[in-house]
Parts: sequence; structure tokens; C-alpha cells
Amino acid sequence: MNFCPHTQEDIKEMCSVCNVNEVDDLFKDLPVEEINFKKLGKGISEHEGYNHILDLAKKNNLISYHFIGAGLYDHIIPSVVDFVASRSEFYTAYTPYQPECSQGTLQALFEYQTAICNLTDLEVTNASLYDGGTALAEAVLMSLRITRREKIIMDKSVNPIYRNIVKTYLKFLPYELIEVETNGIEPDFDKIKFMLDSDVACFVFQNPTFYGSVHDWTELVNFAHEKGILAVSSVYPISLGIVKTPGQMGVDIATGEGQSLGNPLSFGGPYFGFLVTKKAYIRNMPGRIVGETLDRNNKKAYVLTLQAREQHIKRHRATSNICSNEGLCALRALVYLCSLGKNGLKELAQINFSKSEYMKKKLIELGLNIKNNATTFNEFVVEFNKPAKEIFLALLSKNIAFGVPLYLFGGSEKDILINITEKMSKEKIDNVCSILEAML
Amino acid sequence: MKLIFEESKSGRKSFNLPESDVNLKDFPGELSRSELNLPEVSELDLIRHFINLSRLNFSVDTQFYPLGSCTMKYNPKILEKAANIPEFLNLHPFLSILPDSIDRCKGALELISDFQDILCEITGMDYATINPMAGAHGELTGIMIISSYHKSRNSKRTKVIVPDSSHGTNPASASMVGYEVVTIPSNSEGEMDVDELKKHLDTDVAAVMMTCPNTLGLFEKNIKEISDLAHSVGALMYYDGANLNAIMGKVRPGDLGFDVIHVNVHKTFGTPHGGGGPGAGPVGVKKFLEDFLPIPRVKREGDSLVVVSNSDKSIGHISSFFGNFAVILKAYLYIKLLGTEGIKYSAEMAVLNANYVMNRLKGYLKLPYDRTCMHECVFSLSEMAKKGASALDFAKFLIDRGFHPPTIYFPLIVKEAFMIEPTETESKETLDKFIGAIIDAVKLAEQNPVAFKELPKTTVISRPDETKAAKDLVVKA
Repeated sequence: MNFCPHTQEDIKEMCSVCNVNEVDDLFKDLPVEEINFKKLGKGISEHEGYNHILDLAKKNNLISYHFIGAGLYDHIIPSVVDFVASRSEFYTAYTPYQPECSQGTLQALFEYQTAICNLTDLEVTNASLYDGGTALAEAVLMSLRITRREKIIMDKSVNPIYRNIVKTYLKFLPYELIEVETNGIEPDFDKIKFMLDSDVACFVFQNPTFYGSVHDWTELVNFAHEKGILAVSSVYPISLGIVKTPGQMGVDIATGEGQSLGNPLSFGGPYFGFLVTKKAYIRNMPGRIVGETLDRNNKKAYVLTLQAREQHIKRHRATSNICSNEGLCALRALVYLCSLGKNGLKELAQINFSKSEYMKKKLIELGLNIKNNATTFNEFVVEFNKPAKEIFLALLSKNIAFGVPLYLFGGSEKDILINITEKMSKEKIDNVCSILEAML
Repeated sequence: MKLIFEESKSGRKSFNLPESDVNLKDFPGELSRSELNLPEVSELDLIRHFINLSRLNFSVDTQFYPLGSCTMKYNPKILEKAANIPEFLNLHPFLSILPDSIDRCKGALELISDFQDILCEITGMDYATINPMAGAHGELTGIMIISSYHKSRNSKRTKVIVPDSSHGTNPASASMVGYEVVTIPSNSEGEMDVDELKKHLDTDVAAVMMTCPNTLGLFEKNIKEISDLAHSVGALMYYDGANLNAIMGKVRPGDLGFDVIHVNVHKTFGTPHGGGGPGAGPVGVKKFLEDFLPIPRVKREGDSLVVVSNSDKSIGHISSFFGNFAVILKAYLYIKLLGTEGIKYSAEMAVLNANYVMNRLKGYLKLPYDRTCMHECVFSLSEMAKKGASALDFAKFLIDRGFHPPTIYFPLIVKEAFMIEPTETESKETLDKFIGAIIDAVKLAEQNPVAFKELPKTTVISRPDETKAAKDLVVKA
């Protein structure tokens, strides 16, 4: 099938306006090539198409529950999020280049910017980036532009996939990236401090760390500032319902993965990245920014602003090549945050924290070792006395995906990163712990 | 409209969390945050606020949206239904790398693999990745692949060539990979000037980046000569697939000599643009570049699928997992619905619609390159602007007539550019109404150009002060 409305008569009439006998005459500038389609067959109806996707969906042999987090989290999504985001006027619009016919999108993104600034206690943000990892890479590039220095110090307790993305973005450019080994699984503050000399553009950390540990980085941030070094952090937005914010710690650029704010897991995307910074750095910030202004009747209005930094004006000198953002995912995040509201996010964070503390206690009672020395948020590392893979596979055979074994990221063979969200019930935690008890 | 923050009233709430079934514990005070300011609204407050906001938007589902180079075609609703199937929606991407878990996400991996194969078939490439999350992200990935390839051959190359009609993302992406950008002017036909290109082509050139049809809506007739010239100095050809919808099923970039391609699948195939995103920009490469593709990668090995998470030559991670998977799912289903014939027919109808609009309007507006166009046509309103009605004024006029305006002031090489892309899903009746509105605008421009400055009158705001927005910088409440 196709979605073109023309009748044969329309086509004939339009061809005659175009002074051609048939549509194919309009393609005379193209070299004639015979395309031999083997894989793509005949078009099908929507009924057949949907069934085809359903058949594929059924091949995903779903687990009954899981403890997988590691940067992407399974949280409850209020119904209003889907309802608002599937509204056609939001869904089928484009980048708001014409403010008069895009005030809906523009105001929503302005509200999103406000919510993200409030969440992180920082001053300015853009209307979203691709994802958490690329947002961190953009923040690093930003710090290089601001400081005009050439060295980056990155703590190894930052999400290893994000670290890989940062490395990919940097490896074609003349900068030096140094990763600092952790002390066990915790950041080695002394080692990082030792590395912070006046050639360094920024130091990069994550809070809570990839392993779930929460630290107060204020002292190190202050130390860095004395040397003209910027502090760049990645944060988990749900933790900010309860955990000390990047703004409170003096961080210069905070980034994060926005998935957990009302976006489903969806096998990797679409998600969105956020990047928040201090007002002084706004001109170095990539991406679309919505600003408030007045129209000619002195009415409040919203427009895309500071476009002179962007690729469609500055081309190769632009702050970044970013053109598309993740507007709809950002809208979902806004609706999510408004739905939970001031007290809801705090309550949610507290439930997440409390449930993971409960699980920790149960695991300790089983004689297992929790490797985090610090307070954790809703994720922690548990050490087994046998290979983690063995534990993981045994539980997988019971349809439970028991976290992320850390050997996958170069960690110990015996460690598993466990995540608990508000969706996990006490009953399931008790159940998995009694299965473990029988195995140990 | 009020901001939702201004509608907040202390004590209201919209959402109830399930009560915790474990005892609540206090988070340590010294690690705790300060107060958090988020709106406190009821569910009805929230719904009214956002639904009323949505009503201030133009969109494809409510209005004709001929925004050139953005391909705002209609997206069938079945795609949304398919993307919401729980077995995809709730799937954690880590299942693709956890021990023995690949069976748990087999359907998703099969979809990815199938999509990669079909994309290769349509574009004439050998291997593809779905990881890049937007067109420009695909460009970045593609140029990184090209850079890694040259490095692997110990070939030090410093330059990337782009035509002056290129999307701004092309030079921006090349410079993000550390290349110097060389811009080649267009000739009187609106195509890359081959003689000018020859002057700059040497063994310092890593790649020539082209969009074809280009941003003037014109097919580059010399494209094969250009790719032969580029290859003769060892440079690779990069295809910006933003405009692939004009030629899909008719000719393949891979057959024209391109080595790397990205496709803005949300434009060419089907995903609503969501107020600017999400999109997706899968990248296809010729066989000799396979090893440089980003990880993780879904690959067919005999009868089974594998996920490659480690590879020496790979550029590495460009996104965490498989990019914007749900966008790929929609593009995949869209292609399946269309099939071979539908793909080709859609390109034909997109081109017919653009030529129809162009031919109906060329007696009224100046056409800087009077040739058969592809899926979009570019007029210059410079003569109207001299009389006092600029491209911006024309845009505001159309808003009052209920149309989203075309792209204005792009491409940069056309003065007062007015770039119309009708897309294949619009009917002749809609196009006729739109053409009628532009003819009215031309008449008004001749009779009373000053009247334009009052427009638009039907929208909630009119002609916001963009200079003030940049000068006073209010970017949050």
C-alpha cells in the first residue's frame, strides 16, 4: 500500500501542468539503473504489517522481572504522559522555526527547561540532546571550548558506556583524555585531585556513580575551580528527588540520561539527554534553546534563541553539529515531572532508596558482601563467593534477570550490579533472596 | 497562556504512587538536596494545560506543512500502535549483552537485522548500523568511519569538501571530527562546480560530502563524474540522505559511487517529528568499511544473530545501544507497508507534487534555477523583498491562511529563499489551495506591501522580538 491520494485523473492533469507525458519524465536527470529488490517484497496492508510486528514481538521471550539498571531504569509512567505526548499537535509538528504557529511546543520546552534547571539547581539548559552519553561528550567538548585547555580527567566510576562515547567523540581531536582508576569500586578522590593541574579543562564524574554510590563532590569541585578547571558531572535525574544536586555542589556542567523521566525502555530508545550549566556558559552550550520575549503587541512569547551559535548559521564554526533534539521525549519528561510534582519526586526517590536498602539488608543477612563503602541510591554492587555468571544464569532459568554482572565491563567475575525501583515489590525481593539462599 | 509553574497551588497533586511495602528510610541529611520547585497541580489542571498548549501548534495532522528539506509527510497511525507493543516497549537493551539473554530480545534483534538489510537494498550499501540518533549524528558517525579508514591505511588527510548548498550540519560534522572544511561554489545550474572541485581535490581530501538531490531540490547530474574524481585521489564519497525520499526506488546512492550514507529515516520513511525529534540517522557503508562501524552491532552469522560488542577497528560507541530503536521500528514497518512498488511510487508522487507547485507558481515567483526539480522547489523572493514584502512576510501571510510556511532563508545561496516541499501524501486540492494563497500574497505584495507587516493576525502572538530574546536571555521561569 502507499499513502498517496492522487487519482489517475489528478496525475494526468498535474503532468500536463508540468509539461510532461508521464511522471517518469520528471526523473530524466537520474541515470537509469535497474534496481533488483530481493529482500523487500510487495507492499502489505496495515493489518498484515501489524501482525508481522506482533510476531516479532512474541519472539522476545520476556523475563518475568528484572534487576537491571546500569543507567536505564524501569519506572512507573503516569498515564497522562502517554496521553499528552500522543496528542497530534505535539507529535506531528517540527522544530519550532515559526514561533507564531509553534507556541505550544515552544512554551512546553520553556517549561521543560525550567523544570530541568530546578531539578539540578543550575541556571540554563537547552531543549534536550540525544541521550545521556552524548550529552556528557558534548559537555566535555564545551569545557574544552570554554577553557581552551587540552586535557580531560575522567573518573572510572562513570558509566563505562558513557566513557566509551566520550572516547569516541574525542579520539579524532587533538586532546588528551586520562581516566582515573577507582579505589575498589569507589572514586579515588586523592588520585583525581593529584591529576588536577592547570592544563586540565575539566574533570568528569558521575553521581550516583555507575555502581550506585552517592558522594558529596563539593570539596573536589572547589579545589578544581581554584585551578580554573571545570567540573562536569553526569547525574541520574530520579536521584535528584532526594540527593544533593549538581548546583549545590558547584558543578559547572551537569548532564544526564532523561529516560527514567517518563520514557519507556524501548530497547535503547528514543531517550533524551539533558545538559545544564551556568548562565556564563550559555553561548558555548550546544543545541536548541527556547527563550522568552515580547511580541509586537507586548504579549509574552517564546522563540528559539541564540541561533547564531548553531550549525545552520555558523556552519563549521558552530558549537556542535546538533540539529534534531529529542523534543517529544523532553515533553514526556516535563509532563512526568509535573505529574509527580514537588513532593511526588521526593517521595518516589525515597521509596527507591528504601527498597534497595531493604534488599541490601536481605543480601547481607545471606552473608553476602555489599561492595559500596558509600551510601547508595537505588543501585549497589553485591559480591558473591562464586562466579556471578553462574548466579545470573541460574536465576535467568527462573525467568529473573538478576542485574548486570560486572565482568561485562571489565569488573570482578564475582560482582553483580543490582537495581531496585519503585516497581519492584517486597514479595519479589523476598522471593529472589530465598532462591539465592538455596543456591549459596 | 500561563506557565504550569504559575498554575501551581501548594498541596495539589496529580499522581499517586503505590504505597511502599517496605519501611521508608531517611536519606542521610548531609547528602540530601535543597527544596525542589516543581508544579503542584491536579490531573485535570495538568491535562487542560497541555491540551490547550497543543492547540497553539500547527502540525501535519492539522495543517499543510510544506517545510522544505524537513519532509513533513503524513505518518500512518498504525506505526504508533506497533511501537507501543509491550514486548518492545518494556524491553531493556542490556538483554542484548547479558549472558545467554540474546533469546530474550530475539524479535528486536531480528527486526534490526532485517531493517539493516532492507536499508542496504534501498541505498545500494553492504552493511548498516541503526545506532546514530539523528541525521547529523549519522553524519558524525559516517565521517568518523571515514577518518578511521584513512588512519588504518596510514593516510593523513585533513580536509573535507562540501558544496555551498549543503546543510549546515555537513561542515559542522566534519569539523567535529577535526577536519578543515573546504566549500565549493555551485554553478549556474545549481550544481557543484566540477572545475572548482578539481582545483581542491588532492590527497589531503578525506571525503566529499554531497546531498543528492541537493538542497536546491536538484539532482546533481555530474554525480558519477564527481565520485570518480574523488576516488581517483583516494577520497571517499559521503551521501547526506536527508533527501533520499526523492529518489528511493529510482536510483541508489551506492550505485552512484557513494561509500558512506546516512538516512534521515524519520523523513524518508515514517516517524512523526515530535517538535524537533526524536529522529534517527542509520548509516550504511560499502563492504570495505564494515569493520569501522560503531558498536554494539547486530550481525547475521549463518542462521543466527550475534551482537558484536567489541571490535578493534570500530569507531566505538556513538550511542549507548541501538539508537532510537522505536523510530527504527516505525521506519521498518512503513517500508514493509509500502513494499518495492510503494517506495518507488512515493518518490514519484513527491516529485510530481513539487513540480506541480513549481510550475503553477513560476509565473508569479522568481525561480533561480528553472529546471525539473525533485521533491522540493526553491524560489527567490528577492524582487518581492525590494518592493517591501520579504520571505518572512510571505511566511507570516501563509500562517494566517492556515498553512505552515515553507522553509525560508535556506539554502543560503538563494536570496530570500522560499523552499517548498509538498511531500507525496498531500492531495491536489490541498496544493491548489496553497498555490492560491501564494498567488494572493503576490498580489498583496504588489498592491500593498505594508499590509504584510501587520501579519499574522490570527495567532496568539505575532512577530515576537527575537533580538530581545537573545539580548535579555530569559530561558527559564
